[in-house]
Amino acid sequence: MSEIAIRFDHVGKLYHLGTVGTGTLSHDLNRWWQTKILGHEDPYLKVGEVNDRAHKGNSDFVWALRDITFDVKQGDVVGIIGKNGAGKSTLLKLLSRVTAPTTGEIRVRGRIASLLEVGTGFHSEMTGRENIYMNGAIMGMTRAEITRKLDEIVDFAGVERYIDTPVKRYSSGMTVRLGFAVAAFLEPEILVVDEVLAVGDAEFQKKAIGKMQDVSRGEGRTVLFVSHNMAAVRSLCQRGVLLEDGGVRFMGEVSDTIENYLRDSVVQSSFDGIDGDRSVLFLRKAAILSSDDTICYTSSSLTIRFEVTVVKNIASLVVGFNIKSAFQYPLARADYNNANGCNTLAPGDYVFTFKIPPFTLAEGDYQIDFDVAERNVKRYTTDLSKLSFSVSQGNEAFGNVFADNTPLKKSIIQEKWESTYQRL
Amino acid sequence: MADDWTLVIRPKKRLLDLDLKGLWRYRDLWYMYVRRDIVTLYKQTILGPLWFLIQPVFTTVMYMFVFGGLAKISTDGAPQPLFYLSGIMLWNYFSDSFNVSSNVFTSNAGVFGKVYFPRLVVPLAGLTSNLVKMLIQLLLFVIVYVGYRIAGTQLPLRPALLLFPFLVLLLAFHALSWGLIISSVTSKYRDLKFLVSFGMQLFMYATPIIYPLSAASGRIRTVLELNPLTPVFEAFKYGCLGCGSLSWSGLLYSTVFMCVTLFLSVIVFNRVERNFMDTV
Repeated sequence: MSEIAIRFDHVGKLYHLGTVGTGTLSHDLNRWWQTKILGHEDPYLKVGEVNDRAHKGNSDFVWALRDITFDVKQGDVVGIIGKNGAGKSTLLKLLSRVTAPTTGEIRVRGRIASLLEVGTGFHSEMTGRENIYMNGAIMGMTRAEITRKLDEIVDFAGVERYIDTPVKRYSSGMTVRLGFAVAAFLEPEILVVDEVLAVGDAEFQKKAIGKMQDVSRGEGRTVLFVSHNMAAVRSLCQRGVLLEDGGVRFMGEVSDTIENYLRDSVVQSSFDGIDGDRSVLFLRKAAILSSDDTICYTSSSLTIRFEVTVVKNIASLVVGFNIKSAFQYPLARADYNNANGCNTLAPGDYVFTFKIPPFTLAEGDYQIDFDVAERNVKRYTTDLSKLSFSVSQGNEAFGNVFADNTPLKKSIIQEKWESTYQRL
Repeated sequence: MADDWTLVIRPKKRLLDLDLKGLWRYRDLWYMYVRRDIVTLYKQTILGPLWFLIQPVFTTVMYMFVFGGLAKISTDGAPQPLFYLSGIMLWNYFSDSFNVSSNVFTSNAGVFGKVYFPRLVVPLAGLTSNLVKMLIQLLLFVIVYVGYRIAGTQLPLRPALLLFPFLVLLLAFHALSWGLIISSVTSKYRDLKFLVSFGMQLFMYATPIIYPLSAASGRIRTVLELNPLTPVFEAFKYGCLGCGSLSWSGLLYSTVFMCVTLFLSVIVFNRVERNFMDTV
């Protein structure tokens, strides 16, 4: 079973930024002149830059992928992770032959089916049944094959009652479920999945993940799974590939890969400088410390530590911070004053620490806004000292949570209920 | 390690790699596309497939009025309805098929962007569903034709009519190859798209549909004879209407023309197919 199913060999993909217009025509003519007539190398292949979205480059050409080389063994379930724009989707597009690589070669053993987006080719005027055939045919199934599996597909999608109704009357969830159901029964040797699990209700997500696990474990097929959902990647995959700026940054066991990825995902976990007025009141250092090295798991205890210098006497002092969700929604507020009743501090340097116990914050992204101020007069801290951090589902916590073990729920509160039950 | 890869994805493939095997494997998709085209076209209509007939009937009546009545263009002795109907039927097949093939990339970008299958399936299915449409119109033509014969009009049935399947094939592949070339070019540069839609209208008048070839003479006739579709239309009318002409050299010219453009279109299509998603 250690045969190689997919081999990426120095694969690269060059994209042209901007719009297609007369500039493109002159580039095309220039390229044709240089390569075909003068016999030079393609001039635009050299100028391509590393794909870093945030910085404006000098070139209109960008390598979405560059020099990708790795092997995937048969039967492996590989999670491909990385930030937005790291090249994950491009990689899958090349593999599913939607577009061709600019350089390099991909060798594949076995039939590939991709779930880049489910429900491809659905025609809203056709009935569910007709669309199953259409969609299946697009994915490479024969009509006989589909007929054989029709009942299973309909059952899996849970749309039996609507099967002879045009798809335009379906709810969006039903459409997606139907699409996924067709794809799930494809039986290819290699399955390429791109974040399809984010749709559908909890019950369906569970079904879908179960199906993917069957596919990989029971039937020994190779799966490439792209997702931003670390919990889903962790539970489904054995191996991981971390992409960054179009290159492979790390490859290995899935937990190591995720750890590598998370270490980077903190935007500003510490602040070292001066935020405020040097002659009155300012914040000097701030950091979020986790009991698990630099990664914040739901099971870690987090410490928020910051230093404040009071220069002048202030009658009513505020020292505290707000915890906000990634969407700027205020979640919690902490104040030094509340805790001990005093409302001022003599001039000097102070260190504050606040400890958040384990299982307080659920998986997600958070921000901390410091509030060092003279009450009702002036706030001295600014956005400069704003900290962000991400909390990830820990390995040990997975499956122990209360609601159910779908790894896709996104709640604000981490469930750690004290529960009892007794027989009546 | 043994080189038993089932698939090697490379930046470029050979010029004439048609992947006929792949096409054959996807024959069910071809069937589904044809079915979809026919079934969905007139869904939620009351008259349904009758619309396939209404359009040529009204066009014929219009032509009879404008070209036959007002402009008094000769139909070379053939009854006007039959003359126009035959031309409209064949021309519609050609222009519909051309439209399908010339829009392969732009109108299917959504599907092509997500799944791979031999792209040629789509235009080939378009040719087929248009063929079904044309056969329905042919039925109408036959009914009118029989009506005229019963009414006593002298209409010859010549053995040249046996060429009909071949004539349709010629039209289909002309449409396919021109359309593929256009679609390959317009996937990146849209300029041609504007030219094509009215170019097609003009081209209709350069084909003997509303007039017989015999009405033209001199230089104009030479130009018309350079049109590779001319012998196709003429041969059909010769076969069943008694007008027109059967020109073997013309048909040979048309066939050779078709083979050359088909060859070119396959090369161009193959090149564009690989990367069109990045430029469409």
